[in-house]
Amino acid sequence: MPAFEPVLLARVNKPNSAALEGYKADGGYETLKKALGMSPGEVTDLVKNSGLRGRGGAGFPTGLKWTFLPKDHPGPVYLAINADESEPGTFNNRILMEYDPHQLIEGIAIACYAIKSNRAYLYLRYEYGKSYRVLEKAIKECYEAGILGDVLGSGFKLDIVLHRGAGAYICGEETGLIESLEGKRAWPRIKPPFPAIEGLFRKPTIVNNVETLCCVTHIVNRGIDWFKSIGIPADPNNPRDPGSYGPKLYTVAGHVNNPGCWELPMGVTARELIDVHAGGVWKGRKAKAVVPGGISMGFLSADELDTKLDFAGPGKVGCLGLGTAAVIVVDDQTSMVDVVYNCCRFFSHESCGQCTPCREGTAWMTKILERIRAGHGRLEDLDLLMEVASSMGIIPGTTICGLSDGAAWPVKNALTKFRPEFEEYIKLGRKSVDPVHYAH
Amino acid sequence: MSVLSESIREKIRALFPNYPNKRAVTLPALHLVHDEMRQVSIEAIREIAQLLELHPSEVHDTMTFYNFFKDEKHPLGKHRVWVCRSIACALRGGEELLAHACEKLHVGPGETTKDGRITLEFAECLGACEGAPCVLVDDNCHMNITPESFDELSRTL
Repeated sequence: MPAFEPVLLARVNKPNSAALEGYKADGGYETLKKALGMSPGEVTDLVKNSGLRGRGGAGFPTGLKWTFLPKDHPGPVYLAINADESEPGTFNNRILMEYDPHQLIEGIAIACYAIKSNRAYLYLRYEYGKSYRVLEKAIKECYEAGILGDVLGSGFKLDIVLHRGAGAYICGEETGLIESLEGKRAWPRIKPPFPAIEGLFRKPTIVNNVETLCCVTHIVNRGIDWFKSIGIPADPNNPRDPGSYGPKLYTVAGHVNNPGCWELPMGVTARELIDVHAGGVWKGRKAKAVVPGGISMGFLSADELDTKLDFAGPGKVGCLGLGTAAVIVVDDQTSMVDVVYNCCRFFSHESCGQCTPCREGTAWMTKILERIRAGHGRLEDLDLLMEVASSMGIIPGTTICGLSDGAAWPVKNALTKFRPEFEEYIKLGRKSVDPVHYAH
Repeated sequence: MSVLSESIREKIRALFPNYPNKRAVTLPALHLVHDEMRQVSIEAIREIAQLLELHPSEVHDTMTFYNFFKDEKHPLGKHRVWVCRSIACALRGGEELLAHACEKLHVGPGETTKDGRITLEFAECLGACEGAPCVLVDDNCHMNITPESFDELSRTL
């Protein structure tokens, strides 16, 4: 087994890493040439057979999604690049865009060729101003170099349109993104129909994450065997398990000595990320709780840190999933009541308001936690929180999108794994003087 | 008397070829107007709607969904300073930083200093968590901000 060699972050520390000249010198856009020599169907099959799963949070098999497009549709077919990265704790897409924009552009071009799209919309969250300037420059370089427009003189035409958002987390939901791009309020759509059938401007649309598209370039370049040699293979006893293949960007934030972003094979444990890469928990403290993949995924408790962070691992210990693989560390001096309040306040602020259980439920959970923090909590509030959290979301079937599943999960995990701390807070009317007591 | 300058109108029209319909230019148009005029007034909404062949209520609907845009009663100051209050920043002093910023500038979140220089806002996760706590000033993100470096930053604006 060859030692792991980063590919996604391979260029980010080079001087002028964002410039076309350096990208080409490192072999950039040769893979696009290779793809243009294949048929679109062959490229799709390659990506499908690689086992690549989306890195935006849902982990849906990418190549499979591409095959959902209607055959022989008169078009146009669109690619929407989801660069709305807004899940708290997450910043790997930002690093890819700021430091190696051409890696993304090449992935976009290959994907568009495969899905027969001549127009890609890059929906970029507004707050990523530097990414915007870098991408704008890189796209201009591509048009000047004949990489966009008539792509490398092949006759395949491609335009990329950069479209900035306006500060709404819900625009990271694929149909919220589509509605926002169309110029409306970002209210997610009822699915089906899925975007591949009816998406942007009611045409077939594939929505893909930034990191996912960067992987596409490397898969077409290095092949399926290379991609599948990295990560956690599918469970042979479970025909429905697609495995967790390939390199993954993991971010670590919060109470660590060295927050940052690392590229590792899929399936690294939270413990290894924290201790080996992020310099360990800060101030000589221990971790009380660790978010495995953005706050929507909930929390690992201190004795769950050996959980493999692949698509299947966090679910085995009651978390919602791998999400964005954004690890956030909470130390043993921090109250989980304060942490969960912060999460609830975020979701309440970001709820688009379309569905009653989410609009009202996220507000109620926040208010209950405010009341507990103000010293006016009651023990029955914990059961009330659990009841509200359990009745909102796609999983209980009461909302149009998954924002509320994400809003509920930190509450459910916290009450299941840290209930004594909440009870103590309510009884005392404030944070316990000995929070370490709960960090066993 | 048109509220939107000819230069803004030209910039909006220049975007039409990028989309199959004009409605999709709503958000970019709002940004163009908001950046220059520090607000989107009712009259500006009417003129955007006219350019985009929409009803003014449709533009107003989109504009008010995104808290980003300020109406004529709450225009932006010269600079907009966002302090992140989401979890990764809060774990490293983000809430205290926001409180310090409010005290230093004598405003609450969402308000503009009396001299019109700075509008202070709280932000939800800015995606710069490796440099928490962070502050977004107009279109530039600043990481690892302390109360002292915040004071220094706001002095330069």
